[in-house]
Amino acid sequence: MSKFKKKKSDGQPAISTASLPDIVFMLLFFFMVTTVMREVTLKVEIQTPKATEVDKLERKSLVSYIYIGEPIKALQGTFGTEPRIQLNDAFATKRDIIQFIEIERENTSEAERPFMTFSMKVDNDVKMGIVTDVKQELRKANALKINYSTGKTDKIVD
Amino acid sequence: MARRNAPEINAGSMADIAFLLLIFFLVTTTMDVDTGLTRKLPPIPEDIENPPEVKMRNVFQVLVNANDDLLVEGEPMLVSELRKKAKEFIIGDANNPNMPEFKLTQVPVLGNIPVSKQIISLQNDRGTSYEMYIKVQNELVGAYNEVRNEFAMQKFGKSYVDLEKLAETSETAAAQADAVKDVYPQRISEAEPKNIGDQ
Repeated sequence: MSKFKKKKSDGQPAISTASLPDIVFMLLFFFMVTTVMREVTLKVEIQTPKATEVDKLERKSLVSYIYIGEPIKALQGTFGTEPRIQLNDAFATKRDIIQFIEIERENTSEAERPFMTFSMKVDNDVKMGIVTDVKQELRKANALKINYSTGKTDKIVD
Repeated sequence: MARRNAPEINAGSMADIAFLLLIFFLVTTTMDVDTGLTRKLPPIPEDIENPPEVKMRNVFQVLVNANDDLLVEGEPMLVSELRKKAKEFIIGDANNPNMPEFKLTQVPVLGNIPVSKQIISLQNDRGTSYEMYIKVQNELVGAYNEVRNEFAMQKFGKSYVDLEKLAETSETAAAQADAVKDVYPQRISEAEPKNIGDQ
């Protein structure tokens, strides 16, 4: 007993760090909950262009992506180098777009459907022909709210 | 007295473990903010037979060909010059017969005010690169934004961007932002692309 008494008496007691794990766990859970892991594996190579007048894309759960670009190096053997459309995890043709939009709509609650945005992530070097075809399909499906995904820059060069 | 308290487990390393996990999540997850140009596509028109007639003077024609060359109102131009030219057109000049017409319109907050009948018509080729298309789109949207900012600054002492930000909390700012939008509506019409460059 005397041993314990001695310890207490000398100097100030150390600050308890017992609650430190709690604080760190709290931070940990915050990050685990807020961050969204990328759910799509890109099969096309995409370098989005840069623009100055960009808006932030809000409410990610209401955004669906359409990717257009050349197939990645590993897949060029089988799919060639012509730019292709990717929806979710697979290559698609422009005929699949209307169905894709319908499925995305089904997965969204009715109240939020008017706020759905389709974001087009398109590579710099893709020609407008395929992009226009996709836009026409979007119009046919009455998905009119779109977003051209671009990075932000301060100045546009010629 | 014989019963001793079990020694407490040292929880000091718990923090280390939690930190390790925390750092792992911090590193692996990407908090990338998606940015982009938000646009609204026009619905497919029901009667294609009778498109509304538009006078030539009200139209600002922008053409992009398959070689990514720009032709604005019949003149070749660089992307960097487009914004200035588009701004001049959007603001307009009532005395110039080549500039768009004005029409007195009832606008909330501002009352009766002449509003330009401007339309920007953008046509590209199927062979135009996406990069060029975005550049042109960006410049046109930028021209509208600049015109709106200057107009809002002059009328309300705040830029249009600030009014939009304030609109969520203040009703007057929202009304002012809408008024600016009514005076300079963003009218970018995209024609069906041509297929000359063949791609």
